[in-house]
Amino acid sequence: MITESDIEHIAELADIGISKDEVPAFTTQFNAILDYFEVLDTVEGKSAPDAGIVNVFRDDEIQPGLSQEEALANAGSTEDGFIKAPRVM
Amino acid sequence: MAGTLEFSPDDRYNAFITTCRQAPFADGPLAGTAVAVKDNISTAGIQTTCGSRILEGYIPPYDAYVVELLRSSGAAIVGKTNMDEFGMGSTTETSAFGPTRNPVDPGRVPGGSSGGSAAAVAAGLVPMALGTDTGGSIRCPAAFCGIVGLKPTYGRVSRYGLIAYANSLEQIGPMARTVEDVSRLMSVIAKYDPRDSTMLDRPYDHRPSAEIKGLQVGVPEEYFGEGVDPRVAETVKNAIGVLEDLGATTVPVSIPGMRYALAAYYVICTSEASSNLARFDGVRYGPAVDTRKSWHEAYQDLRLELFGPEVRRRIMLGTFALSAGYAGRYYAKAQVARRNIQQDFERAFREVDIIAGPTMPTVAFRLGEKTDPLSMYLSDILTVPANLAGIPSISVPCGRVDGLPVGLQLMGRQFEDERVVDAAYAYEQGVRA
Repeated sequence: MITESDIEHIAELADIGISKDEVPAFTTQFNAILDYFEVLDTVEGKSAPDAGIVNVFRDDEIQPGLSQEEALANAGSTEDGFIKAPRVM
Repeated sequence: MAGTLEFSPDDRYNAFITTCRQAPFADGPLAGTAVAVKDNISTAGIQTTCGSRILEGYIPPYDAYVVELLRSSGAAIVGKTNMDEFGMGSTTETSAFGPTRNPVDPGRVPGGSSGGSAAAVAAGLVPMALGTDTGGSIRCPAAFCGIVGLKPTYGRVSRYGLIAYANSLEQIGPMARTVEDVSRLMSVIAKYDPRDSTMLDRPYDHRPSAEIKGLQVGVPEEYFGEGVDPRVAETVKNAIGVLEDLGATTVPVSIPGMRYALAAYYVICTSEASSNLARFDGVRYGPAVDTRKSWHEAYQDLRLELFGPEVRRRIMLGTFALSAGYAGRYYAKAQVARRNIQQDFERAFREVDIIAGPTMPTVAFRLGEKTDPLSMYLSDILTVPANLAGIPSISVPCGRVDGLPVGLQLMGRQFEDERVVDAAYAYEQGVRA
């Protein structure tokens, strides 16, 4: 059973804002969905084996990419050719 | 015969988020053909929003590979179609740009999440469109709007430039009014691209053939069981009867893992979404985040304002399903269930060539009818197995119930997209004759 404070905690972990008046409905919906997921408790079997899977990544060679101007074109806030982000510290 | 196509449609069903009034086109097999592209596929110079406010105003600096292929085949890209926000929905009602209406009955939803592409095709605004299918998002709207839609085999069409929602499940695919046009569009987009590391070099170059004599058609009991409208089931059984009249043989088969399919699907897709959608933080694209606030506060405020409730719900579900203490119970179990379903299909395909059933358990819902998330998820039960198994699946119109279209779903072995196209073509030509 997921509680309203669990919902607030999960929202915080995911950096998803949630408004106070949404919490009760989200909690009810979450519990209904998790009840439905309970069927997975009875699944039997093994996960996919890794054997037979080969890596298709290319070698790490320099290839053409976006120009700095293109990379910054959609950023809301830039300074001296860099992207500005909210402060972490 | 390169040129410019004038495009100013009467978009009364809200099929488009963006239209291109002057669409340039090159020479090629699709020269001058108007093609609409779902708004989660990157188009250089044309706004791409995923149906979300969080990408409003985003202009991709590059084309998705499928768009590059469309342009070089001569197609005129006339617009970007409406969709459930980030593909999360089965009705196109979660779009931040308002719902799309079903051209067959404007009081009904077109299905989703590629509802804009389906409505644009069904309304005759374009002959063909691209959609994407993570758990039925091409086939559901194709069925609800009475058109044809193909979810290709996983790994057959490049996902380069597709804005990711659930990478292990989703594919780009063609939608059109006829099987022949679906096949033509598939021939253009299914080409190898090393930039999608999940691709195999298996290009599609095929002309549909209506010859299906001796085809073994599996009919799984699970596709006609609880939750499926009996009138839809009967319509689809009649359509399978048409395949028999054309020389196919039906064989009962079983996909016992189906009872876990929907739960497994929703655990996997929300888990992948919770990671994929972390990139939408207003820093590199979309409306700008407030850089004066502290990190978490800034992101939480922005994402509350610009993500709709269904997107936030799925990110939270995925975050929960992957969290310490729960990942074993949900994510790991879902992967086992997925493996079991793949094996069920492999076993069935040892006996039969294709598997037939309804695309959707009901006809199109009324606008506003599905308000509870779980009841919306349940409507995907017949489409998600093909995504979990990575197999090709096509929906072709096969009649009506209450005047609303019903889709016949035909699934095939991995990389046998040609065979499901042929069976759909045989059906289409058979009922036309």
